Amino acid sequence: MGALTSYRLRLKRKRHLIRGFRKRHELSAVKNRTAQIAPADILVFTTLRNELVRLPYFLKYYRDLGVNHFLIVDNGSDDGSREYLAQQDDVSLWTTQASYKRAKFGVDWLNWLQRKYGHDHWCLTVDTDEFFVYPFCDTRPLRALTDWLDASEIRSFGAMLMDMYPEGPIGAEPYQAGQNPLEITRWFDSGNYTIRKNSQFRNLWIQGGVRARVFFDDNPERAPALNKIPLVKWRRSYAYVSSTHTLLPRGLNLVYDASGGEKASGCLLHAKFLDTFEAKSKEELQRRQHYANSHEYRAYNTRMADDPVLWCEWSEEYINWRQLEVLGLMSKGNWA
Amino acid sequence: MSLGVVMIVHDALHRATQLARHWSDHGCPVVLHVDQRVDRDTYDRFVKSLADRDNVLFCDRHRCEWGTWSLVAASQAAAELMLERFPDVQHVLLASGSCLPLRPVAELTDYLRDRPTTDFIESVTTEDVPWAIGGLNTERFTLRFPFSWKRRRRLFDGYVRFQRRVGYKRRIPLGISPHLGSQWWCLTRHTLLAILNDPRRSVNDAYFRRVWIPDESYYQTLSRQHSNKIESRSLTLSKFDYQGKPHVFYDDHLQLLRRSDCFLARKIWPHADRLYDSFLSDAPSFSAGAEPNPGEIDRIFAKAVDRRTKGRPGLLMQSRFPHQRWGNRVTAEPYVVLQGFTEMFRGFEPWLSSFGKVRVHGHLFAPDSAHFAGGGAEYFGALSSSAALRDYDSTAFLTNLIWNTRGDRQCFQFGPADTQDITWNIARDANARIHVISGAWAVPLFLSEGRFADIRRTAARLQKTESAFLSVLRSDHCRARVKIQTLSNFVRNPIEPLQDVVDQLAARDRPKLTAPPEMVHLGGFGEFLQNLKNQGMHLHLAGDFPTDYAPEPPQAERATPYLVTK
Repeated sequence: MGALTSYRLRLKRKRHLIRGFRKRHELSAVKNRTAQIAPADILVFTTLRNELVRLPYFLKYYRDLGVNHFLIVDNGSDDGSREYLAQQDDVSLWTTQASYKRAKFGVDWLNWLQRKYGHDHWCLTVDTDEFFVYPFCDTRPLRALTDWLDASEIRSFGAMLMDMYPEGPIGAEPYQAGQNPLEITRWFDSGNYTIRKNSQFRNLWIQGGVRARVFFDDNPERAPALNKIPLVKWRRSYAYVSSTHTLLPRGLNLVYDASGGEKASGCLLHAKFLDTFEAKSKEELQRRQHYANSHEYRAYNTRMADDPVLWCEWSEEYINWRQLEVLGLMSKGNWA
Repeated sequence: MSLGVVMIVHDALHRATQLARHWSDHGCPVVLHVDQRVDRDTYDRFVKSLADRDNVLFCDRHRCEWGTWSLVAASQAAAELMLERFPDVQHVLLASGSCLPLRPVAELTDYLRDRPTTDFIESVTTEDVPWAIGGLNTERFTLRFPFSWKRRRRLFDGYVRFQRRVGYKRRIPLGISPHLGSQWWCLTRHTLLAILNDPRRSVNDAYFRRVWIPDESYYQTLSRQHSNKIESRSLTLSKFDYQGKPHVFYDDHLQLLRRSDCFLARKIWPHADRLYDSFLSDAPSFSAGAEPNPGEIDRIFAKAVDRRTKGRPGLLMQSRFPHQRWGNRVTAEPYVVLQGFTEMFRGFEPWLSSFGKVRVHGHLFAPDSAHFAGGGAEYFGALSSSAALRDYDSTAFLTNLIWNTRGDRQCFQFGPADTQDITWNIARDANARIHVISGAWAVPLFLSEGRFADIRRTAARLQKTESAFLSVLRSDHCRARVKIQTLSNFVRNPIEPLQDVVDQLAARDRPKLTAPPEMVHLGGFGEFLQNLKNQGMHLHLAGDFPTDYAPEPPQAERATPYLVTK
């Protein structure tokens, strides 16, 4: 890995920052409450479209963890999400009708907001169906984690995406606004993940889980990536390159230990497979705004038609973070 | 009044207020040193919050930086003020704003009153210190450190290297024999006065000013000169991780801290409301007279360091991905790979799985799908039997399987007809126990009823594949335990190799085999092999199988005397 690669990555990072800068005009502020942000606040960054039913619990979950402010980009919702969010006192909201795909699936927008408002803050970048779980999250607030990361001089914290699913057919149990979606999608695959290292960005590329097992069992290389680095002590010069999978500068991607030890890590519980899923995947298929021509959504649609049950005999029922740590999906590292 | 508290604070001042009030309420005078970097307004507010106490004083402020003399200067100033203004104080405790008393103050003062001449300060010679940051033990006292370790790491390291190379060494002043220890001490008035009024203090201070992290060595060294009785331990429980950073205590450590019976602990997270509320309340304690016993806390933190540095063997995950070249143990536990066994016997897998906690799989790497024990489409951890998923990353498939089934011994069949991607990995894995009957692939061919020309072709292919596998197993890189024997040797004496396999699978019981399970009927097999040879094939793996081999005819109603139970 020579100076040339370093320089190339530097240019790439700059290009992403410039993309964000250019796309800033696509965002128009609905409610900008960023003046409320205090110096040590923990911020959540989100892009969403038509997620009204999920929002109450999403906001509650992260407020309870101790998040101080939400910075949200609404991509043309027409179900009242925008109006709902505009009323929340700790939400700053921007809206755009521009293409999600051409904004690198929202990355450009969030890079811009993070550059502008996230500097020197711990920033958590999650979707509305992702619930961040970290060691001791049932007894220690998020600030305990970020304080510990600060003291340990760790700048980024990895959390693997873990797909959760219901026991019966998807959508058999309707989801009510405000309900914990993990009451319905309680199950996950505990031990079928594959990992390889990306030598360019030095991050790990993780695939597997229920989506690989059910939708991509004949085409595993197209299974979605599950590695994520959602929690970062943001600096103006940082940029997400593709979703929250990859960061630049690439030192931020080293959230794993290569000499045998375990670094601390968490999980993002992905409550995607609710009753909203079918409608959503049909709509996304039409809009064609998702990654790689939405092949993921095409795979879902073909498979869901004949058998919508993801559960199998060896599925694991979610209890708490300690269970995930014992199963080896996340680790306390040297945090005790 | 016997105990005075010197507190060095720099942030979370509301906690410092709370602590100072606690000490002062219980009759212990407090002298506070507030870091100069705390701004004027905050400082004034802090002073005001304690203005109603006449036994709480503030000393001159220094700008404090980790690892530098400023911390010693701060404690000197505070200690001097303490000794001067509170003549009744017999012991002085040095504490920080995040040191929380775990037992009632009265218990601590009683404890100290019973030991009026004892200095509680951890003080060990430099040779005995394994925990020093940056590996600098003795060199702390003999090199110079003009650059900040926290902010100018590269310069710091470079300058240390430079001094080592040119052989630079500072002269240690006469009478000083360097000792190190926790910076949180509790000294008697006598010792502290002797250190502060030492006629050579200017020499000592000038020397320690340039020592690295002098707050861990100044008092620790000088108390050795002046103390009548040193107890080399700190009354403050303080644990460090492998980077030399103190472990922090949170609300969920409440019971752990209670049971430790330590007098003080640090660092307490400033937002740990429950800890502050419970330990600063006047609740009665149940441990009066107990000696501190931090064993359980030690264990927990030692485990954390272990997890961070060694991790769980056999686990590949998002935050543990050992480099392939380092650490040869790829999998979590031993497992057994059998090549050619299931081909030789009727019902071999059910027979083998009758030996205790053993999972006997079929051909896990068969081309059509993974044949798990029980024949399901998924296995432990929702591992899929899909061949495409398995072959996408066969190493991960195997490590996942072994990790998911920790506690059960795994055994699977392998053969030249399976996908061979895994061969190097199992050969390099010290956990693998590989048993091969070379040439056994010919048995199913012999039993099949295909055209001889097809059989001949298949036989050639299988022999080639097996031969490649055997050369992997015989290579220098192989770390697995390997047993290879030819088919002809196996047929002559099947019990011994089977006993080996069973011993490895049921290591605890070690059942004694008396007879093998029922072997497939091999009458005419020798002829079959000869036919292959006559067709021009060079059969070199099966061994010298007698052409006229005639096994006993299979007995129809044989009982199954597999093992003799004790």
